[in-house]
Amino acid sequence: MTTFNDFVIRFANVNGSGSASANSMFAKAIFRMGVPVATRNIFPSNIQGLPTWFEVRVSDLEHFGLRDQVDIMVAMNAETYKQDVQAVRTGGYLFYDNSKPLDRTLVRDDIVEIGIPISHLILPEFADPKQRQLFKNIVYLGALSSLLLIDFDVLKGMVSEQYKGKDNLIQPNIHAMELGRHYAQEYLECPLPIQLRHSENVGDRILIDGNTAGAIGAIYGGASICAWYPITPSTSVAEAFEQHAKRVRVDPETGENRFAIIQAEDELAALGIVIGAGWNGARAFTATSGPGISLMTEFLGLAYFAEIPAVIFDIQRAGPSTGMPTRTQQADLLGAAFASHGDTKHPLLFPSTPRECFEFAADAFDFADQLQTPVLIMSDLDLGMNEITSDALRWDDDRKYNRGKVLTAEDLDRVESFGRYVDVDDDGIGYRTLPGTHPTKGSFFTRGTSRDEYAIYTEDPDIYTKNMNRLLRKWETAKGLLPKAEINDTGQVVGVVYYGTTATPMKETLALLENSGIYVDTMRIRSFPFGEEVESFLSFHQFNFLIEQNRDAQMKTLLVNELGISPDQIESDLFLIRSRAEFSFARIRNKSRPD
Amino acid sequence: MTFVAKPKIHHPLLQFNEIGLKRRDYEGSVSTLCAGCGHDSVSAAIIMACSELSLPPHRFAKLSGIGCSSKTPSYFLGNSHGFNSVHGRMPSVATGANLANREMYYIGVSGDGDSASIGIGQFAHAVRRQLNMLYIVDNNGTYGLTKGQFSATSDRGSTSKKGVPILYSSIDLVSMALQLGATFVARSFSGDKQQLVPLLKAALLHKGFAFIDVISPCVMFNNHNGSTKSYDYLRHNGSRVVEADLTLPHEEIRVNYEAGSTHAVTLHDGSTLHLQKLAEDYDPTDRIKALTRVQEAQETGNVLTGLLYVKSDESDLHDILETPSKPLNEMSESELCPGSQRLEQINQSFR
Repeated sequence: MTTFNDFVIRFANVNGSGSASANSMFAKAIFRMGVPVATRNIFPSNIQGLPTWFEVRVSDLEHFGLRDQVDIMVAMNAETYKQDVQAVRTGGYLFYDNSKPLDRTLVRDDIVEIGIPISHLILPEFADPKQRQLFKNIVYLGALSSLLLIDFDVLKGMVSEQYKGKDNLIQPNIHAMELGRHYAQEYLECPLPIQLRHSENVGDRILIDGNTAGAIGAIYGGASICAWYPITPSTSVAEAFEQHAKRVRVDPETGENRFAIIQAEDELAALGIVIGAGWNGARAFTATSGPGISLMTEFLGLAYFAEIPAVIFDIQRAGPSTGMPTRTQQADLLGAAFASHGDTKHPLLFPSTPRECFEFAADAFDFADQLQTPVLIMSDLDLGMNEITSDALRWDDDRKYNRGKVLTAEDLDRVESFGRYVDVDDDGIGYRTLPGTHPTKGSFFTRGTSRDEYAIYTEDPDIYTKNMNRLLRKWETAKGLLPKAEINDTGQVVGVVYYGTTATPMKETLALLENSGIYVDTMRIRSFPFGEEVESFLSFHQFNFLIEQNRDAQMKTLLVNELGISPDQIESDLFLIRSRAEFSFARIRNKSRPD
Repeated sequence: MTFVAKPKIHHPLLQFNEIGLKRRDYEGSVSTLCAGCGHDSVSAAIIMACSELSLPPHRFAKLSGIGCSSKTPSYFLGNSHGFNSVHGRMPSVATGANLANREMYYIGVSGDGDSASIGIGQFAHAVRRQLNMLYIVDNNGTYGLTKGQFSATSDRGSTSKKGVPILYSSIDLVSMALQLGATFVARSFSGDKQQLVPLLKAALLHKGFAFIDVISPCVMFNNHNGSTKSYDYLRHNGSRVVEADLTLPHEEIRVNYEAGSTHAVTLHDGSTLHLQKLAEDYDPTDRIKALTRVQEAQETGNVLTGLLYVKSDESDLHDILETPSKPLNEMSESELCPGSQRLEQINQSFR
């Protein structure tokens, strides 16, 4: 039986071999045929020589989660050949370079082998050893276009786009592609029963990664200062910010940059710069990952207590310590929520898609300014570094930045007395002034020490207590401001709860459940502190399954701790590293059928 | 704690500066440092310098880390914003503040613990970035606020209050600043207003990173730079009390000596500090010579004071980053947000 637009293909390569651009061209070509795709780069923390995998899930139904086994394996790395052969599902396809004979001990009789003499095809055509290596990737791309029916014009167009300005590279690339394409047409049974066809399912959507979308969100949200320290998987946030700011944030007349980017000496300094800028009234952010958050905790406590806006992207990776720098996880929740000593807590945002990375990034600057506190965007490697079909980015030109309570010189002339930490509006948020505003009014001393409402140092226990309780009032205000959970409630007994990238496999999980006649309600948590709707959802459902990617049920801990609900109300569905629809489905199904 | 209350009424003969302000308008709150602390002399010198330059007080931003020195921004320029950040991290906060608004004057006050130990990395990188600011280190060679531990600027071989010798090499922030590319580097002594005030004025008007290391004696835990025979004042006077909660009042140490000469100062603990003032014909534009002179003086047990190095017309961080003359914190939505049409073009590049 022939299936269309529904398969998982994995490319096994050696990193540094030039496979990345060929593989992303493969994904983009399918996307351009109107078919939704999600990519997953599984790579080592290394520059050259180690195994790397690139996976593309092609799905008209937008089932984008990770699958345990793949339909097609493009096995280009001899070192991982054994495990790569094992990863193919029964009835699936193994694509390999048969220039050298295959180790017959690895052969499986339940899969289909497709051998192409890639090295032999290349050898007479290209003299340069570097080109011989690079074009291996292009040859298999050409062969796959015949086997899977990738629109060849689309592929050729992409080569021309990729090498625009380096025109001498276009023809050799197309030639290499045609070598593979013609070989497949002549010697292989084309096409395979797994095929592509043009589809309308992409619409006006885009293929983008969350870090890039988030960086563009920071530009639209008015961030003018970015301070950062390189760390996987967050580095591309700062890089994308720079790349796009250079295009859209340069004064057209003077050529001057309406932005400043500092690659700081460490993460401590990166957040220090952000805090200094926020104190002085510019929107600023940093991007980091777990180890950076650990280093930033002292400064996070300062920004919380001194009440200074800051935006931090935490692109989570597998911890603890250095952990697995190139593997995804949702394990920084508790560390980020309560980062720093003393009673501190910080608002967190949980984007699930690149579009939401864009929106939450832009919104985070409003929230930070309104709440006068650091706001953390809790993305992860999976969302941050992988391209996925996403809703296009949208901006309302009537939108005005909400800079929160900042007094101008005119305001100061009108007010009788100014106290930085006076809770005038009973929402826990005082009015602040920026340095240099007024010659005689509104100056105050910002400090991490205890102080009274007028920012004067004090160790008076009553004043200290009053201030700490006001910060709790602010926390209540935050609940009304932050994005509400996305809830689908049709009165079912079972509630399924997820957040961030555990949302990615959910469409498939729900489809599997529905096919089994099991209907569940869902809630996607989008922020911390939790709004009332989160508590209601959990209370109204007899069983709540909470899917997360960490060992210790960190979101559950937050929910139990903040909402005061019983731990029995939530059943954890934990994946230490790789959340997968078929597993969640099985667990939920077993619980939903008490027999 | 300074117990003398400040008078509320100005003497009618007090001078107004060019913008119609009096010295009082540049003062801050009452100092809580020990009486006679060199740091208070530095604050007083800052007040004089800013007042004499007729700069508007509210256009300053004062930043500091943690420690006795870092408390002092409360004690000058009461009409400007201050930011007492975390230990050793003032340079990064100052960097962010400066990036947000290039039109203000930035004064960072730090100490030898704050800058030469916990914050040495941030200090070095702020210098590298050519941040346009005045960076003052109130250098007393000791951790005053935690009662007299060694600091990294104390000389090897000198001893603490308890008679324990310092076993490790000392760090000279002036040499570091020179090596890392600071474009204004000076050293002075807190009690030498004739030297310190003009240095502060020049540093404030300098574009780029201006660093002044001010030797500022600690009246309680005197492990000053250059001392090799420290002993406790109270013990010297026959008292066994060494706790910091009993402080005998000390006089501020003042000096006045000629350019080119060497001057021996007796500090509160009875030890001697040898200050050597640069001669009037010293050429401060030669960085290599400045480094050599500093090290030569150290070899002979002297502390060289004066403007060691200056390089004018240098670019600062904003020039390097090519930011606009209009401060980034004054940019409006229309200047920051590229709008929906542009976003559609961006979307198109991802299709």
